[in-house]
Amino acid sequence: MRDIREFFLGIWHLLQGMYVVMLNFIRPKVTEQYPENRGKVFPAERMRGELVMPHNEANQHKCTACGICEINCPNGTIQVISKKEVDGATGKEKKVLDRYLYDVGSCTFCSVCTISCPQDAIEWSRNFEHAMFTRAKLVQRLNKEGSSLAKKEKVEKES
Amino acid sequence: MFHFKVVTDWIDEFLRTNLNEGWTLLIEFILIGVAILTVYAVLALLLIWLERKVCAFFQCRLGPTRVGPWGLLQSVADMIKILLKEIIHLNHVDPRLFRLASFLVIIASLCTFGAIPFDKGLHAVDFNIGVFYLLAVSSLGVVGILLAGWSSNSKYTMIGAMRSGAQLISYELSCGLSLLTIVMLSGTMQLSQIVELQADGWFIFKGGIPAIIAFVIYLIAGHAETNRGPFDLPEAESELTAGYHTEYSGIQFGFFYLAEYLNMFIIAAIAATMFLGGWMPLHTPWEGVNTIMDYIPPVIWFFGKTFFCVFLALWVRWAFPRLRIDQLLKLEWKILMPIGLVNILLMALWVLIFN
Repeated sequence: MRDIREFFLGIWHLLQGMYVVMLNFIRPKVTEQYPENRGKVFPAERMRGELVMPHNEANQHKCTACGICEINCPNGTIQVISKKEVDGATGKEKKVLDRYLYDVGSCTFCSVCTISCPQDAIEWSRNFEHAMFTRAKLVQRLNKEGSSLAKKEKVEKES
Repeated sequence: MFHFKVVTDWIDEFLRTNLNEGWTLLIEFILIGVAILTVYAVLALLLIWLERKVCAFFQCRLGPTRVGPWGLLQSVADMIKILLKEIIHLNHVDPRLFRLASFLVIIASLCTFGAIPFDKGLHAVDFNIGVFYLLAVSSLGVVGILLAGWSSNSKYTMIGAMRSGAQLISYELSCGLSLLTIVMLSGTMQLSQIVELQADGWFIFKGGIPAIIAFVIYLIAGHAETNRGPFDLPEAESELTAGYHTEYSGIQFGFFYLAEYLNMFIIAAIAATMFLGGWMPLHTPWEGVNTIMDYIPPVIWFFGKTFFCVFLALWVRWAFPRLRIDQLLKLEWKILMPIGLVNILLMALWVLIFN
């Protein structure tokens, strides 16, 4: 008697399985058709695609070339190259950012650089198309040509 | 109702008026051979595409979408790839048996394919012992599988072939018993006659409870015979890489692949013919419905029913857990076969009482 009960119970459970599978069959599919949906921004807000340095309208960034990100980077991905420049107003020599080099090829997207940056000068963008034909092209210069440091007072007033 | 008999009869008459007996027969044989091979290949491609698509949908994916509309040409591309692949000659195999095995498998499935009644007149082999012919020819494939496993000289293929032999020979019994149940009801073994007898109601409705039990048993046993789904022990990917066809490559592997998919179609087609009325439209006691149903061509009825059975097989494949080899044999010898034997008695009573 118990065997017969178990037999029909087993069949019932198999039918339940078929029902669940059928639900999956008619459910709308979430697959993204990648090259066709280029215009659609689908990665999440927190996606770490690549490092960028935001510039304002006057081509100014917030990086003071302190090099904390370079020291903190576990892979040697970031290279901060600074130069000495004479400030026109005070006549003193000052360290300013010359080139900020970032190598996507060795970046592990750990985000230590953006966390440790005291000026919030760098952040993540959601661009994930990094494929290049040569490795040299993976090294990007993040600060734009002829950009300069944003005035700090201005930043403080805004915040 | 449009039957293909019109076309085939016209071809036959045309040849007979212009040629003598021998030439007519020769040309008809060639025509039938070419037609069967073409339909066989096209159906295999369609089934491979269908399986990939349906399986993808069951897993919440989209399946092939790139080659052709909805990925329809994907299996054509795969076929071209497999035809261009190198056939690797292995050192320690038994070369004659190794080559013979893949042909045996595909010949068995082609012979069975020829006996399927697609429509009135679209029926290559119509013996008066059609059901016996089907059972006999479809079990020839076991020899090919055993040979493939033995001649490959590898432990994976050997284990796969032995499991496959045990499984196919066991489940052959249940298949035969459930088909014989229907033979008892119809009183004939000729497939064309069996389809004709279902004009006033398919056997699954006419046969009552025994026919429904036989249908379920046939679906389970037939599914096990195709080496798929929950019964995929002969080619258990996780344990045996690919079972009996591990060592095959190129078109030889393609033959096994083709035969596997066509066996699924053949099992579904036999289920449709024996239980769901083959190409016969759904006939009900109401005349109005009957005339509407008759407008749908019989070939579409046949393929509709067959693909319904194929879909059932695919559905079950993704829903059910896999069996162990001892559970598999226990299911056959301790559950399905006793039920099948009792079912034959039931059917005998049913025929005595209602006919």
